[in-house]
Amino acid sequence: MAEKKWMPRWFYQLASPRWCYEITGKLLPIFAIAAVATLLVGTIWALAFAPADYQQGNSFRIIYIHVPASILAQSCYMMMAVAGAIGLIWKMKVADMVAKACAPIGATIAILSLATGAIWGKPTWGSWWVWDARLTSMLILLFLYLGIIALNSAIENAQTAAQSTAVLALVGLVNIPIIKYSVDWWNTLHQPATFTLTERPAMPSEMWVPLLVMVIGFYCFFAVAMMLRLRNEIIQRERRSSWVRDLITG
Amino acid sequence: MSFESFAEFIDMGGHGLYVWLSYAIALIVIVTNIVNPLMHKRQIFIEQASRLRREKPKS
Amino acid sequence: MSDTVPNQPADSGMVSECKVDGPFWGALKRDLLLSYRRKSDLVNPLIFFLMVATLFPLGVSPDPGFLADVAPGVVWVAALLATLLSMDSLFRSDFEDGTLEQILLSPQPLYMVVLAKVLAHWMLTGLPLTLLAPLLGVMLFLPADGMSGLVISLLLGTPTLSLVGAIGAALTVGLRKGGVLISLLVLPLYIPVLIFGSAAVQGAVTGLPLGGYFAILGAMLSLGLVMAPLAIGAALRISVSG
Repeated sequence: MAEKKWMPRWFYQLASPRWCYEITGKLLPIFAIAAVATLLVGTIWALAFAPADYQQGNSFRIIYIHVPASILAQSCYMMMAVAGAIGLIWKMKVADMVAKACAPIGATIAILSLATGAIWGKPTWGSWWVWDARLTSMLILLFLYLGIIALNSAIENAQTAAQSTAVLALVGLVNIPIIKYSVDWWNTLHQPATFTLTERPAMPSEMWVPLLVMVIGFYCFFAVAMMLRLRNEIIQRERRSSWVRDLITG
Repeated sequence: MSFESFAEFIDMGGHGLYVWLSYAIALIVIVTNIVNPLMHKRQIFIEQASRLRREKPKS
Repeated sequence: MSDTVPNQPADSGMVSECKVDGPFWGALKRDLLLSYRRKSDLVNPLIFFLMVATLFPLGVSPDPGFLADVAPGVVWVAALLATLLSMDSLFRSDFEDGTLEQILLSPQPLYMVVLAKVLAHWMLTGLPLTLLAPLLGVMLFLPADGMSGLVISLLLGTPTLSLVGAIGAALTVGLRKGGVLISLLVLPLYIPVLIFGSAAVQGAVTGLPLGGYFAILGAMLSLGLVMAPLAIGAALRISVSG
């Protein structure tokens, strides 16, 4: 066996379900408070204080849900695929559980993004659904999530299920840029991306600062939801071990 | 504040239905994603506790 | 991704044994022979292909102008569904009689064997579909200019469909009800091929230059040739060991 000593210590600790359960127990309240605070501030700011768009009026306020949801749905997939890869390569159980916890959250967030996109489309484009490039990519992302959830629930053995879904998630990850490119090429009607990392946003700051707050809030919410699911998964898989028994009886 | 009155705030310049519907769906999604695992956790604890009780006398 | 295949002894040398004649041709010959003995399975996807394409005039409109408009998309969607239909059986019989396990245990490079199996699958579904496509084109009033685009795009696109579909087949081979699941897993991944394939046909009909479409379809095929067998191999190992 070739010993891999080049990974930092916390990486090995992460592999211990018990350590992971304890650390998430400590992190949960922090992220929960952060999520509630940022989402509350962001929502009030977005709904009441941010200026209305000069073209779209107040329906513009949907952006404060739609854009964070879209960003989160994509990064959630990324996280799932990376966690799956770590689980495949280092046979790390916790990474498998993280990947499994990500899928349903990502799917619901993708649905949220699609629903708000459709609702926003009604006053802006005049119809609930438009086959525009970015809505279509999001729909396909939702399909990828649903495929992963379906595969995971079809396989009974937890380890096989985790490995199979990891392979599928990685294949999807390779495909996402191709799908995005082809769908973009196929049709585009949407306004260009609201947030890019390299350029300054075109919106005035009183519009994008609350958006940033909402994005952070959504990430904190994701952290909370993911950790809750992860902890459930840990308890369920480690139910035979003594520390879980103590946890339940104690 | 970009609204003069509360009624105006609810109306959202005629787009009230769309805006509030979006935020309501967001709230539902967020709450289900939090409540669902919490309820699942309770269920797991109840199940495991009863399993432990069942298995205890034997050992 | 090759380091996701842990059970391979490191020194067995994927490189040194990569000469093509042994495992590749062996697996290809075997698969072709096996399906030659069960001819009905060969014809089924083709019949399905024809039937799906027949449904459109019946279900939507028999108007030649309309059909000519939708023909590229209809033929491509029908080809896509027909490939999916035959996908489930790709590894299933080998899995059930234990051949798959032997293949995984053998020192032959899995990459080559998998590639041969996919190639055999393509020769038995993708290639006949491509050859049958002009007939469908005529039935759907596709203008004669579009035929070359149709055939070439299918020729470049269907191998990619077989490669990607094989990943889904490998992931679900251990499951009793893999059929519907494969479609769920694989259809989203088929979308780029569908987009560029039908766009190539449309481009051919309107007389646009087609080089770009074929280049993209070819790029997707080469990417699939390099990456997909690795994913299929990893998926097969997982499915068989689980």
